[in-house]
Amino acid sequence: MKHEDKHISSYSSLAIVLAVLLLLTAFSVWITGFHFGAFTVAVALIIASVKVATVLINFMHLKFENLFLRLLVTGVFVMFALVVILTFVDYYFR
Amino acid sequence: MSVHNTHSEHIDSETGKLGMWIFLFTELFLFGGLFLVYAVFRAKYSAEFHLAAGELNAFIGTMNTVFLLFSSMTVAMSLTAIQKGDRKLALFLVFVTILLAGLFMVNKYFEWSHKFEYGIYPGSEVLKNMSHGELLFFGLYYMMTGLHALHVLVGMVLLSINVVKIRSGSVNSDHYLMLENSALYWHLVDLIWIFLFPLLYLIT
Repeated sequence: MKHEDKHISSYSSLAIVLAVLLLLTAFSVWITGFHFGAFTVAVALIIASVKVATVLINFMHLKFENLFLRLLVTGVFVMFALVVILTFVDYYFR
Repeated sequence: MSVHNTHSEHIDSETGKLGMWIFLFTELFLFGGLFLVYAVFRAKYSAEFHLAAGELNAFIGTMNTVFLLFSSMTVAMSLTAIQKGDRKLALFLVFVTILLAGLFMVNKYFEWSHKFEYGIYPGSEVLKNMSHGELLFFGLYYMMTGLHALHVLVGMVLLSINVVKIRSGSVNSDHYLMLENSALYWHLVDLIWIFLFPLLYLIT
């Protein structure tokens, strides 16, 4: 069966996504050169999260997918974040 | 365009893709567990982790990030090529992806063998004499990058199967679920590295 209404990413849009990802990588290498302590970790993780979202939306075609799958993927990441938060709550306030 | 199967074959690509995503979720939690262990021990032994992470070569880490980001683009482009029916370009792009994955592994080989030369490998005397925090860091470093490298190898095998299938025509502009799912897997390998890279190499 043919893929109904197939969504095709253009080569140029994929190249732009790569350029953005490379810029973000360069930025994270540059910014972690400064030592802000805990702040550096936060900045590095925020940049990594932006990169991951960029890959998910563009390279993994989530922007073309149905709402169900988009919610599912979001839900998985939210769930993992909750696991991390709960673990640290337990770790610090035990 | 030649049609190989004369009987009407039904391939539900939407369900096939959903299955792949669910598998990727389990992969995320596999690595997620390791990230969690890393995060807790990092909080507990921050000074030792800081010291141990300084041993890692940020340049090699950055190079590998660039290789994986490039390969993620080429595999996404190969899907575009196959959807547009450009078999030759799709083959070329999958091949480039495999090549970049190979470069990643070569880099990893040099990185690890350099560590081995300094006696830093699981169970080594050097490591046994280190502090508890450093021991945990290197344990997690080998576990996480090792498990990730294993995924890179699996990805290379998957992409090689796609080369054969695109050649034979069983992956074509109408049936490309195999390439689509392999690309998803390859992007996951990239996603995990995007988190591993700053956590292990940058935050020293």
